[in-house]
Formats: sequence, C-alpha cells, structure tokens
Amino acid sequence: MSFAWAKQYEPQTAFTKWMDEKLPLPRLVYSAVGAGYPVPRNLNYMWNFGVLAGFFLVLQIVTGVVLAMHYASNTEVAFGQVEHIMRNVNYGWMMRYAHANGASFFFIVIYLHIFRGFYYSSYKAPREMIWLLGVVIFLLMMATAFMGYVLPWGQMSFWGAKVITGLFGAIPVVGEPLQVWLVGGFAPGNSALNRFFSLHFLLPFVIAGVVILHIWALHIPGSSNPTGVEVKKESDTIPFHPYYTAKDGFGLGVILILFTFMLFFLPNMLGHPDNYVEANPLSTPALIVPEWYFYPFYAILRAFTGDLTIPFTDIILVPAKLLGVIAMFASILVWFFLPWLDKSPVRSGHYRPMFKKFFWFGLIPCMAALFYLGGAKPEEPFIVLSQIATAYYFLHFLVILPIVSQIEIPKPLPFSITEAVLGKDEGGAGAATAATDMSAGDAPDASPQPAE
Amino acid sequence: MASTAEGVRRRDWIHIAALSTAGVGGASVLYPLVSQMAPTADTLAASTTDVDISTIEPGQSVKATFQDQPLFVKRLTPEEIAEAVADDTADMRDPQTLAERLGEGNADILVNLGVCTHLGCVPLGAGEGEDKGEYDGYFCPCHGSHYDVAGRIRKGPAPTNLAVPDFEFASESVIRVG
Repeated sequence: MSFAWAKQYEPQTAFTKWMDEKLPLPRLVYSAVGAGYPVPRNLNYMWNFGVLAGFFLVLQIVTGVVLAMHYASNTEVAFGQVEHIMRNVNYGWMMRYAHANGASFFFIVIYLHIFRGFYYSSYKAPREMIWLLGVVIFLLMMATAFMGYVLPWGQMSFWGAKVITGLFGAIPVVGEPLQVWLVGGFAPGNSALNRFFSLHFLLPFVIAGVVILHIWALHIPGSSNPTGVEVKKESDTIPFHPYYTAKDGFGLGVILILFTFMLFFLPNMLGHPDNYVEANPLSTPALIVPEWYFYPFYAILRAFTGDLTIPFTDIILVPAKLLGVIAMFASILVWFFLPWLDKSPVRSGHYRPMFKKFFWFGLIPCMAALFYLGGAKPEEPFIVLSQIATAYYFLHFLVILPIVSQIEIPKPLPFSITEAVLGKDEGGAGAATAATDMSAGDAPDASPQPAE
Repeated sequence: MASTAEGVRRRDWIHIAALSTAGVGGASVLYPLVSQMAPTADTLAASTTDVDISTIEPGQSVKATFQDQPLFVKRLTPEEIAEAVADDTADMRDPQTLAERLGEGNADILVNLGVCTHLGCVPLGAGEGEDKGEYDGYFCPCHGSHYDVAGRIRKGPAPTNLAVPDFEFASESVIRVG
C-alpha cells in the first residue's frame, strides 16, 4: 500500500488464483500484515504494543462472549451468576480471571503504546489521523471497561456506577435529567445493569471497527520509527513478514508469560476485595476507587476541591464538582490537540534534548504520581499532591510542550534510516544483507549516528 | 436545484418531498429510541414512601428507601436544634436556615436524602456510632464532605446541602415522602 517497492501478492495455486479474482482477501492480508507491507528496519521493542493491544482485544472478545453465555444481567441474580461462573461452569474461573486480568493487560499495553507515541511524537504529520483514531479507541475502551466492571454487581460495581453516572449530574441545567435518563432510574438498578451489559457487549466490536480504521490510516504513510526520519528508499525498510511478525511474536511470548503468571497466581491482585460483597444501595464502602487503570483521571477529578469564584466576592462561576468533571474529560481531550500543540519539526525524542528532559523528569513522574494518588484516600497530603500533579499535567501539554518545541535546538538527524543503522549509506546493493544483519541485534536506535 | 423558466422542476420537488418525509420518519423513530432509556413506569410508580416517625426518639435516625435512594429521617434533640439555629447565620456554601429545611408545622423531624450531593455516595452519621464529621451531622467518606446537624454542606467538595424531598404529615405518626 505505502511504498512503490512493496511486494505484490502472487497467488500460487489454482484455488488462490480463483480466490484472488473473486474476493482478494489474501491479497489484503498480504499487503497489510504480510510480506507486502514494508516497515522501517530500525523499529525497537516499543513498536510491539500495537500488535499486543490487538491480541488483548481479541482475547477480551473471546473470553467475553464465553462469559456472556453464563451470565444474567438482573440485579437479583447477577452477583450469584458470577459466583456460579467461578464455581460451577467448567473452566469458568479461568475465563473470568482471564477477562478481568485481560482488561488490565489491555490497558498496560495501551498505556505503553500511547507513551511510545508521546516520546517519538508519533502523532505528528502525516500521522495525525492515526493518533486521533487512537484517542477515540482509548475513550471507547474506558467506557467499555467501566460498564464491564458494573456487571458483577458487587459493592464497587454499584458505587462506581453511581459515582461515574453522578459526573453527568454536574452539568448545569440538563445534568440531573440526563443522569436519570442514562441510568434509567434515580439510582443504578436493573435498567442500568441491563443497558450496561448490552453496551458492554456492543462496544468491543465498535472498537474493532475503529482499530481497522486506525490500521488503515497507518498504512497510508507507513509506520514511524525511532529516528523519526521518514523512509527514503527500499534499503530503509524490511517486509513486515517475517521480520516483524517474528519480533512481535517474541514480545507476545514475553507478555503472555506475565499475563499467565497473573492469571494463575495473582488473579485478584489488581481487583478490589469490596467487589466480592454484593451491591448494597444503602451502604457505601469506606473508600470508593475505580479500577487501577482509571486512577490518573480519578486523581484529576478529585483534585478540584474549591469553587471557581470571582475574586473577592462570593459569586461562584464554576462549582468544584463541575471543575473536576471538566478537568477529567479535558485531560484526555487535550491529546486530540497534540499534533498541533507540539510544533517541533523533529519527531523522535532522541534528537530533542529539552523535550526529552521534560518527558523523563516531568511527564513520567507526574503520571506515576497521578497513578498512585488516584487510589489513595481523599485526605492530606494526597489532595495537595494531586493538585500539584494535575497542574503539571496540563502545564506540560498546554504550555511546556508548545514552548519547548519552539525554542529547543534539536540534535542533527541522520540522513536516512539506513545510515542510522549502518553508520553510512551502502546503497541499494547492500540492502539484502543489511536486512538479515538487522535481525541479529536490535540496538540501532540506541546509538544513532548523526550526519556529519 | 435551480428552478427553470417554467418554475420549480417536478424532479426537484420529488427529491425534497421524499427526503423530508424520510427525515421526519427517521426523527419520529428516534424519539422512542431515546425515550426507552428513561425510568420505566414501575420505577416511577414506586415514587412515594411512608415512614413511621412515632418510634423515633430525639437524636435518633431511621434509614428508609425513597425512589431507590437512601432516606434519613431524624428527630432532632433540643440541643441539636439550638446548634443548627445558631449556625443559621454562619458562612455557608448553600445558605439555608433550619426552619426552611424542616418546613412549616414541623418542629423537629429532619428529612434528608442520604445521597451526597457531590457524587452520590451515602454519607455516614445516620447510624449508631458512625462518623458525624466536623459539624456533628453527616460525613461523606468518599471525598470528604462534611454536613452539619441540619444536613447543610459546610466543608468539602459537595456543591449543595443534602436534598430535602417533598413530604407531608399523613397523620400524627406517619410522614409521606414524595
């Protein structure tokens, strides 16, 4: 699809020739994730996480469809049905633990995928559309995960649903009717549980659809790479298959070892014990927190404790509750504007000394702090710490990134990907041997060789 | 879609009429699709609650359910009434006097929805030995909102006082909420 030298699919047998004429599906696969898709030769392991995210989406759909065969979305029986799956259904415990931990691993690989994008500025032209679709996928994932967590109808399910649907009640004028409409009652009940189940089943397929658009948009400019230098000639690329199918396969093996370790030895580590208590609308758990993957955004929500008033008067412009809700949504929506906030012509963080410092010593500690604070009790010193971290978070994207991208002097870039890998350009003749050498080591981006 | 010398073309008219009809039809189908999400008839039918107040001692609370939400009914002690009245003029986020919250002809029965106005948790303070917060009323453990003895927000993120639903005395000993 992307480059002139991409190999074309050539059907070998009579059947594949017949198939290629009627429905060129093998051709599509060959050009999308086969030998017909040329990829920069210098991708490091941070480029594994797209494929890994795709794997976990499939895992969630397969285990989810199986669990839906044994579940019942009625508040009278839902909690008991989950225990029925755990105790009576053959391998039900494994399916449920795989689904619950699969959600966590899906978010782990997605966060790494997103932060790969931050560091290597994968969102920059000509790849803005890939990034925008990616943010849409992340928002859909959050909605899906939230509704899935409500289904077991434990205490955290119920109170999580109440708090999150309560967010909509903060919207002026239409908020409370909107909240009642979303929940289908004055508090989450049967109506809410049923519609959440219906949507939780639907949304993964919507995600799969947007993933196809995401990959389609990716294949137009082709994959980015750790130098951020665009592909110039054939020797800059190697075919996706077998080189990156093998590399992604290795990464998949590593993550599966971690995943199965969690699944079989620590299946409840990332969950909350309170969710093994059946939902009780009259008793709030001592500490309501969402699943760990929502902690940064929950920390931002809780960071706003004071109203926005006109100074020296008592006139409230925006109440604290609405401020928190706006900030929480804004913290993700700001990602949509990244391609235009970061004005540096250089993509890779390797060649951006000032950006690199703010990434490693600003954004990363800030996110780590928000991850911790979102699960902490709402008391000092955690409140003031989450206020500081929230302030830095928005400062980073809205102020630091635009300014740094204007004033910093980037390091010289290599002339081409081939030069970055081999030190000097060997031309087209050396490409074949270079490509095989490439698979021996994966350090090309660790020691980039600037031009001159 | 320009008209010709003879006026509006027949084909243009058919296009506009067909699309308008389809648009109105589509919008009409949308209404039931949106409306089905609203509370169902049985949810709305269970919208009043009777609470027997004859057995509530001064200083004691009972928890009931009103429209699927917790309801706190409390008989205030004379000391609590004095404390609440003394605070009527204090600096508050959502100023309201105790008399306004109790309603006419009601000396001591405080009726509150047990739903924190921040994000909907159930505040503590209505049960025996629960944390009543810094103002001797209700305390929401989720995000630390403190309500005073009359259910008014005094500290923390909640924007308004605990809601007081409409209620009336059905008899000497029973209130009807809703």
